[in-house]
Amino acid sequence: MIQQINSRIRQIPNWALYLLGAVPVVWLYVQGFQNALGPDPVDVIEHRLGLWALWLLIAGLCISPIQRNTPLRLLKLRRPIGVMAFMYVLVHFLTWLVLDVQIPSQIWADIVKRPYVTVGMVAMLLLLPLALTSNDWSIRKLGSKWRQLHWLVYPAVILAAVHMILQAKGFQLEPMIYLTVVLVLVGVRRTPLYRRR
Amino acid sequence: AMGLGLTAAPLRAATGLEPNSYEDITSYNNYYEFGTGKEDPARNAGQLTTDPWTIKIDGLVEKPGDYALSDLIPQMTTEERIYRFRCVEAWSMVVPWNGFELADLLDLVGVKSEAQYVAFETLYRPEEMPGTRFPVLDWPYREGLRLDEARHPLTLLATGIYGKPMPNQNGAPIRLVVPWKYGFKYIKSITRITLTDKQPKTSWNMANAREYGFYSNVNPQVDHPRWSQATERRIGGGLFARREPTLMFNGYDEVASLYEAMDLRKNF
Repeated sequence: MIQQINSRIRQIPNWALYLLGAVPVVWLYVQGFQNALGPDPVDVIEHRLGLWALWLLIAGLCISPIQRNTPLRLLKLRRPIGVMAFMYVLVHFLTWLVLDVQIPSQIWADIVKRPYVTVGMVAMLLLLPLALTSNDWSIRKLGSKWRQLHWLVYPAVILAAVHMILQAKGFQLEPMIYLTVVLVLVGVRRTPLYRRR
Repeated sequence: AMGLGLTAAPLRAATGLEPNSYEDITSYNNYYEFGTGKEDPARNAGQLTTDPWTIKIDGLVEKPGDYALSDLIPQMTTEERIYRFRCVEAWSMVVPWNGFELADLLDLVGVKSEAQYVAFETLYRPEEMPGTRFPVLDWPYREGLRLDEARHPLTLLATGIYGKPMPNQNGAPIRLVVPWKYGFKYIKSITRITLTDKQPKTSWNMANAREYGFYSNVNPQVDHPRWSQATERRIGGGLFARREPTLMFNGYDEVASLYEAMDLRKNF
């Protein structure tokens, strides 16, 4: 059973995963163009893309604990998930830039002055080199440095969750849950449970 | 349902305002007692019981008491007011309210000379308000105005939109409207009005005093710590709506005299 799942996963071509990953963002914009996202489509697109990015980042963090503690072999999915997470961050950022803030002078002011924007920007910039080096050539070229570089995903995901908390008004439950999940997934990597095997 | 008198001549507070659609106004709401998402109030507020409704009016008034809304409304002059609505989150709408001037109600109950502020409270009924099960804010929702703000002829108690009774998600059966202030001052589903000589506590100010002041006048020069207030996005403009400049006092310059002696950066 498990072996069947593992071999099925191995058979999925990467292009199919990327295509699948592009569906929500394309669908979101199609709905936006058709005026089907309610009174404030920009806000809806911005927030859903941010949420998708966070979901994908969290999914990426789950891969290695699953690999170590279960017979499931999901490692193959980690690169597509990571690259897609970055694509969502990028479209989220561009939507904010082009459709929301719009005014160039205000964009820079927001990045420097507003902590939640600054934190989000830093998270995106931390993810950029990771996305750029998510290919076999970079792994060969960078050798052991590749692992060190990709350690940056931990601060990036924590900052992404903090970014979500900082933009919420009032004391809200949902962003707290996301930060907790992220901290547990990062924290588990320092426990003996994780080092075993 | 509440004997909503419609006006013969709608009073247009600003000319050339094109109201948002009824659909926009009633499906995009901040009413955290029903959830923090914009579409949560429309989804969850249906269960709210708004009839019968009484407002407790107390504090420094001549005639304190529990006033049944069905008795109050026939004594008031209800009219239509088409006002700009500017949310602290930097979006805006235009809403055709039906309501009466708060000043008329204050005259009815008789304000004592020592009174300087008006405090308001929203209904707090957890069994009908799923959003209150988590302490997003310190419930019940509280707001307040200085007495001269409360008495200003622009200040309304609204009981309807587009000539229809106030939808639950918009603050049925009765809510405050203060068009030169940010939307969170427009306290919804009012159950208590207290005249007092001290500046009342207000919910968002209690939650985060650095971000939400007592006055909260619309002011393009004073930014919210997390975003600029210089411009706003008009709701209903679709995906490519351009930002528009935000106007001082949301365009209601006639209130400027209320704040002549004040530093509006400090008293934001």
